[in-house]
Amino acid sequence: MSLPRIENGSRRDFLRGAVQAAGGLTLAIYLPGTQAAEPPAAAPEFEPNAFVRIGADGVVTVIAKHVEMGQGAYTGLATLVAEELDAAWAQVRVEGAPADAGRYNNLAFGPFQGTGGSTAIANSWEQLRKAGASARAMLVSAAAAQWQVPAGEIGVSEGVVSHGARKASFGELAPAAALLPVPAGVPLKSAQDFKLIGKQAPRKDSADKVNGRAQFTQDLHLPGMLTAVVAHPPRFGATVKSFDATKAKAVKGVVNVVRIPTGVAVLAQDTWSAKKGRDALKIVWDESKAFKLGSEEILARYRTLARQPGLVAHNSGDADAALARSGRVLRASYDFPYLAHAAMEPLNCVVRIGDNECELWYGAQFQSIDQSSVAALLGLPPEKVKINMLYAGGSFGRRASKDADYVLEAVHIAKASKSRAPVKMVWLREDDMKGAYYRPAFHHALEASLGEDGRPTAWRHRLAGQSILAGTVFGGMIKDGIDAVSVEGAANLPYGIPAMRVELHSPSDIPVPVHWWRSVGSTHTAYSTETFIDELANSAGQDPVAYRLALLDQHPRHAGVLKLAAEKAGWGQPLAVGANGARRGRGVAVHEAFGSYVAEVAEVTVSADGSFSVDRVVCAVDCGIVVNPDVVRAQVEGGVGFALSAALHGAITLKDGAVEQSNFHDYAPIRITEMPRVEVHIMPSAEKPTGIGEPGVPPLAPALANALAAATGKRVRSLPIRTEELKA
Amino acid sequence: MGKLTVNGVVREYEAEDDTPLLWVIREQLGLTGTKYGCGVAQCGACTVHIDGQPIRSCVYPASAVTATQKITTIEGLSKDGSHPIQKAWAALDVPQCGFCQSGMIMAAAALIREKPKCTDADIDAAMTNICRCGTYNRVRKAIHVAVRGGDPATAGLAIERIEGSKA
Repeated sequence: MSLPRIENGSRRDFLRGAVQAAGGLTLAIYLPGTQAAEPPAAAPEFEPNAFVRIGADGVVTVIAKHVEMGQGAYTGLATLVAEELDAAWAQVRVEGAPADAGRYNNLAFGPFQGTGGSTAIANSWEQLRKAGASARAMLVSAAAAQWQVPAGEIGVSEGVVSHGARKASFGELAPAAALLPVPAGVPLKSAQDFKLIGKQAPRKDSADKVNGRAQFTQDLHLPGMLTAVVAHPPRFGATVKSFDATKAKAVKGVVNVVRIPTGVAVLAQDTWSAKKGRDALKIVWDESKAFKLGSEEILARYRTLARQPGLVAHNSGDADAALARSGRVLRASYDFPYLAHAAMEPLNCVVRIGDNECELWYGAQFQSIDQSSVAALLGLPPEKVKINMLYAGGSFGRRASKDADYVLEAVHIAKASKSRAPVKMVWLREDDMKGAYYRPAFHHALEASLGEDGRPTAWRHRLAGQSILAGTVFGGMIKDGIDAVSVEGAANLPYGIPAMRVELHSPSDIPVPVHWWRSVGSTHTAYSTETFIDELANSAGQDPVAYRLALLDQHPRHAGVLKLAAEKAGWGQPLAVGANGARRGRGVAVHEAFGSYVAEVAEVTVSADGSFSVDRVVCAVDCGIVVNPDVVRAQVEGGVGFALSAALHGAITLKDGAVEQSNFHDYAPIRITEMPRVEVHIMPSAEKPTGIGEPGVPPLAPALANALAAATGKRVRSLPIRTEELKA
Repeated sequence: MGKLTVNGVVREYEAEDDTPLLWVIREQLGLTGTKYGCGVAQCGACTVHIDGQPIRSCVYPASAVTATQKITTIEGLSKDGSHPIQKAWAALDVPQCGFCQSGMIMAAAALIREKPKCTDADIDAAMTNICRCGTYNRVRKAIHVAVRGGDPATAGLAIERIEGSKA
């Protein structure tokens, strides 16, 4: 089969080429378990390791092991290689790596290839710089040999290797460099010598994303390909009892209708026909085992649970005793709804099943799970499942499937079709919205006692909500019944409180599929802890920033961003008076997620009817050494927008077990009119880089709620925010 | 058999009368820069121009468009990404995931054509597209940059840049 060239996908096997003929030129530390056996290809390319390839045309191709889903991974990874290679930024392009955990595993995840937890740059920081540095050393060695000069006298700058007046491009040296041994222990640059890291290298994906050429899964068309749209059950746990496809098959363009474990799929020549066919299906669902509770009933259960002791996630001092004997106890409880990721590109995947092999095209986020799951379904060895990387039109965690759900659905359809035609499975927006894998709903109950000086003497925090990890391949990460991602941000509360107890209820009888959603546990723990500490500060009659700082003396990075955000926001200076008597307020929150520290100060204007605008959000970020400051800014700006959508409008609700929302009219992201002015200030740091895709999200909602409280005196204890609660 | 004039070329297609223009553009004409995001005219990822006016092609039947009407898609906005909006977009690195951006750019291009000195209020009224990555502030800045003549230094992103953005 002749397949179209995928410009931004992986297009070849990376260890084929002259480097192999030269004696298996691979870097053992980068390439565990790689077999070198292929004969040389016609056009020799310099491929010193799994992450960089330099052609005779001088193009430096960086092979990105992480998906580009908007977070800037392609740009950041390329920057690391280009920095040590001393390449010109313009000569660098990026290609998605194939599924091969032996070469492309996430070093933060172990022998597992995947993107998540804001780890892309953090885990690649040394690995990809070493890849660039060793390639540079080989180019220098090749030049030294040609020019008969000591390698130490050769310089490299902007993709040009030079010695005095002699110069050679990377492309000219690549064939000779390919024949050299890979050096060991090449030193990396000192930070003061960085030319790209810490500067703003333009994003590698912008050009194709402004002219429509960037290739997403939705855009892929293979010869003979069919498009599949699926009818899913109306309730979780329901199954197909029977179906009548007569009318579906009568739709022009419909080719086949197949039953799969997750429903009934209609295959057609095009998407519109497949959708019409799907809508014409008559399906009788077996709902005898379907889940039929509503959101209110679920939260009511959680509220009951939170009145009982749970499993202990953190315990220091004797919080129960301190609370019992204190005369000054504050209590608050919070409800959080289910949330959908609702990335702009609804879920999809292209699959072609061949003879003893299978090929997939999509924006894969957990390649290792997807690959092994597909292999198991088809009875293939994992290496016979090839994944071609395309851009992902957002993900926010959704494509990091713990059970390869949507990928397997595509493969099931192709398998059930008993045809060799490639299949593009397409979820329409409604399928995506109702398709579960939601941020779990949670209820939190907090209690704290205050001492004479107003400082908290005890803190007890109970959380009730579904475990994301339970029953998945990550179940082994649950220790003593505690799913760490349920309590992250709560069990490690940074404030210096003498007695702290955090307890968790993880009800196992709610079968709604739940999933990580941009910043995971911190999406709810930052809200409850940072609004509650604000209440304590108010109750103590103290300034919220000063109150927090006094409790953060052991946490300088929290304190650092908090002070920076407060300073830049003009904390302590009065806000301009609102027009027509509108109430104004400023609120703050600070939170650590994925090793990065973010403080945000929000300013609001609240009208008498409770409607409000978020006028300005000032953010301070400490994510270690910054590889690309503008990508960091963009991620925090975007994180504010993403979090604000949830705070203002985000709720997936169930009624009798059925999801009530279906599209953007009833699950409304913010639009441009609701986007506040966002300022991002980056804390200088010499620490290793940590994540930035997620950490901008958690502080926004609590900072906003604290600002609303400052303006109105009213505390928002249930999300999304209801403006009627804020009436004057 | 229907006929459409897309990006200056008359193209033939075959589809049922109810088929939205979006799917004809994407799947029959192979112009995939225009995206499906919601199918109900909410998100604007499918925005194209008909005779210069931005429309949401996911709910606009192809059969309602005549061959004398001129359809412009992102592929036809410029040959080389040189439309002022595209240049401003690239200069400010507006896109994140990029999926909504074709529609955003088409909406913005229609706006500045209609209102060459557009204000923030004009932007608020015209740019109703959804971006889940939250690129809105850069969208706004890029429109202002395009209107002012394409100088990213005026956009408030005064930071050192490394040249050579071609991927």
